[in-house]
Amino acid sequence: MARGIVASAGYVPYRRLQRADIRAVMAAGGGRGTRSVASFDEDTTTMAVEACRQLHLTPAPDAIWFATSEPGYLDKTNANAIHAALGLDEAVTALDFGGAIRSGVGALKAALESTQKVLVVSADIRTGQPTSADEAQGGDGAAAMLVGDGEVIATYLGGASATKEFVERWRTPGDLRSRTWEDRFGEAMYVPLAERAWNAALKAADLSEVDVLCVAGMHARSVARVTKQLGVGRTIDLSASVGDAGTAQPMLMLAAALEQATPDETIALVSLADGADVLIFRAVEQATPKRTVQQQIDAAQDVSYARFLSWRGMIAPEPPNRPEPARVSSPAAERAAEHKFAFDGRSDAIGTIVTFTVDRLAYSPSPPIVFAIVDFPDGTRAPLELTDVDPDALKVGDEVEMTFRKLSTADGIHNYFWKAKPTR
Amino acid sequence: MSIKDRVAIVASSCTRFGEAWDRGTDDLLREALGGLETDSTPDAYWLGTAQSGMSGITLGKVLGHDRPITRVENYCASGSEALRNASYAVASGAYDVAMAIGVEKVKDAGYQGLNAFPIPNDGTQRTLTAAAMFSLVIPAYANKYGVSDEDMRDALAHIASKNHSNGARNPRAQFRREMSEDQIKQSPKVAGALGVLDCAGVADGAAAAIVVRAEDATKYTDKPLYIKALSFVAGSGSGLTDPSYDYTHFPEVEASVKDAYAQAGITDPRSAFAMAEVHDCFTPTELVLMEDLGFCPRGTAYKEVLGGAFDLHGDLPVNPDGGLKSFGHPVGATGLRMLYECWLQLRGEAPPERQIDNSRGLALTQNLGGYPGEMVSFVGIVGT
Repeated sequence: MARGIVASAGYVPYRRLQRADIRAVMAAGGGRGTRSVASFDEDTTTMAVEACRQLHLTPAPDAIWFATSEPGYLDKTNANAIHAALGLDEAVTALDFGGAIRSGVGALKAALESTQKVLVVSADIRTGQPTSADEAQGGDGAAAMLVGDGEVIATYLGGASATKEFVERWRTPGDLRSRTWEDRFGEAMYVPLAERAWNAALKAADLSEVDVLCVAGMHARSVARVTKQLGVGRTIDLSASVGDAGTAQPMLMLAAALEQATPDETIALVSLADGADVLIFRAVEQATPKRTVQQQIDAAQDVSYARFLSWRGMIAPEPPNRPEPARVSSPAAERAAEHKFAFDGRSDAIGTIVTFTVDRLAYSPSPPIVFAIVDFPDGTRAPLELTDVDPDALKVGDEVEMTFRKLSTADGIHNYFWKAKPTR
Repeated sequence: MSIKDRVAIVASSCTRFGEAWDRGTDDLLREALGGLETDSTPDAYWLGTAQSGMSGITLGKVLGHDRPITRVENYCASGSEALRNASYAVASGAYDVAMAIGVEKVKDAGYQGLNAFPIPNDGTQRTLTAAAMFSLVIPAYANKYGVSDEDMRDALAHIASKNHSNGARNPRAQFRREMSEDQIKQSPKVAGALGVLDCAGVADGAAAAIVVRAEDATKYTDKPLYIKALSFVAGSGSGLTDPSYDYTHFPEVEASVKDAYAQAGITDPRSAFAMAEVHDCFTPTELVLMEDLGFCPRGTAYKEVLGGAFDLHGDLPVNPDGGLKSFGHPVGATGLRMLYECWLQLRGEAPPERQIDNSRGLALTQNLGGYPGEMVSFVGIVGT
């Protein structure tokens, strides 16, 4: 029975930073096009939830594996919150693949080589010092793939890896930014590794060429060189709109490729991170998530460079003179899990705004708070904070959908709950 | 059986409200105690405070002797709750003389507005300010009754301007400046359509009253006030999740009004009262209260307000002392501050510049806490 990808989806946050805005403010850095920006209330866990929610999760997975280089918690498994927000059964294992950028493609490869039905999800928030290449070329996003046997949308034909120890990009725990060696060193390392893995993967897949190529990697120079050298006719390139979403980038590119695929098309995913990983697939049918990567790229709104910097903690504007929220009580949150994480089964419902207000005094990590009373089709009502919203364009009667967010953090405990956002 | 005419108020006091940087909770309590002109010695005390002290010891330290003292808390109606409990205590015969005293030392917190102590919770409760919650009333009311933005804005500004005008005539008020409707309309927005001058301030303050059984009243004063009704309702808190709630009325207030009017035998509230003190925490709150209290039919309060019906010398003066708008809102004291104005006005002891016609002989206090959808409401009626 064929093993491969049963369903796939990406998540691209709503906000974009115009790279030209960086140079306009700093007289350095920046570039052309945009990068995606996670909102102040998003982290890798919430974006992973949003990616998974784009999938049709039937039948349910045996396990959920979450990979990120920017985890909300250390020690504590972040996949548990995703598990709870998706309302998965207690018997479904939740695991984190932590730390390195390679863990994203690594989790996918491990799932393809396992025998379980695994929901693999990767997410990342990439930032860097103002004017740095990482700041401009990085991106925020997530992608999810249900890997299993049987009714797949893409069959896994085979793959190969090449691994080697060298220090080209590194970040010690606690650092806000990554550091890199001189650019040409990375190219000297990655290009031969990619060649060897590529050749081995083609052999494993019993192919001499492929139709579509995705090359992911934080080392832009190597990505460009390898893409050119492999000479595949069609390539997936998200650099002008999303940027490079690190740990999430390989699966995000593959999701985009699967959403454009025609039956029998062959797709190769190449990831350059501390080695080279190549995975080759044959499309069975086009992926049909609730929203495609392209739809999310198109439905975007700019964020100013100043606000981007404040959302990433690079600058700290004066908050309203109100007390910050207290930490969430763990026992209270556990007792309320059905409401707090699964939103009482209403997370996919479309709500209608009954009335709303803008609170300029209340504490928020990014004031003001836009808040609405929302009615749901099942006859229930909830008071909810709105996000990804322009309050001037909001009207009573507007439709909203639910989105999983981080309300605040106190004592190192993240307060995850649902907000509403305009349907688009 | 009701509480009507079973309890009398024989003394009442109120401190000046304001930013008392130089006085603590103890000092404010001492000042309110000192303001009571009476020979009576209370047998028991009820202390209303939301978060300026825990237990009766907060007052015991000031009294300097051991007494039965109960601290009560019921949101912003804590002062009224102290009065209600003290009244029941003398009515039951358990005590002959009881004191209700309320205090709040808000300005030691260092934040804008009022802030509640955080109770450990699951993190899903709304985190809006009271201003934002009450701002939801404005568009809801305007839409339901087809009121134009201009009329709505004018009516709300009139409420604030009227209360400031009354407060300018009151030496105990925090703010004693007249404010024109234009000044109020031009104030910076805080939440929704609410400007900063649509909001009551916060202040430190204390107020007190002494109650005895009605038959004993004249032992202590020639001009007692008698309690005609005491009603208190704590809602189920379901309004926020109730799809039938439309933010144009406060069901908890309506329930307490109905109960209070039944106790006092009020059938035509508009003509029954010499005055009313109501909880004008925000201008739309006072607007809706005029209808919840039955002072005018639904959807007409904005016209009545604009017509001056509730002005100092209007048909039914509302907040003749200046209200929360001029006094600020020391949470535990506010309900007893409202009673103090009834005490002055019904006894004809208000300063001439704001003394109203008291020939109707009845006054109402309405004191609420919480937000639209999750509210507590007190309604008290006193008379000569």
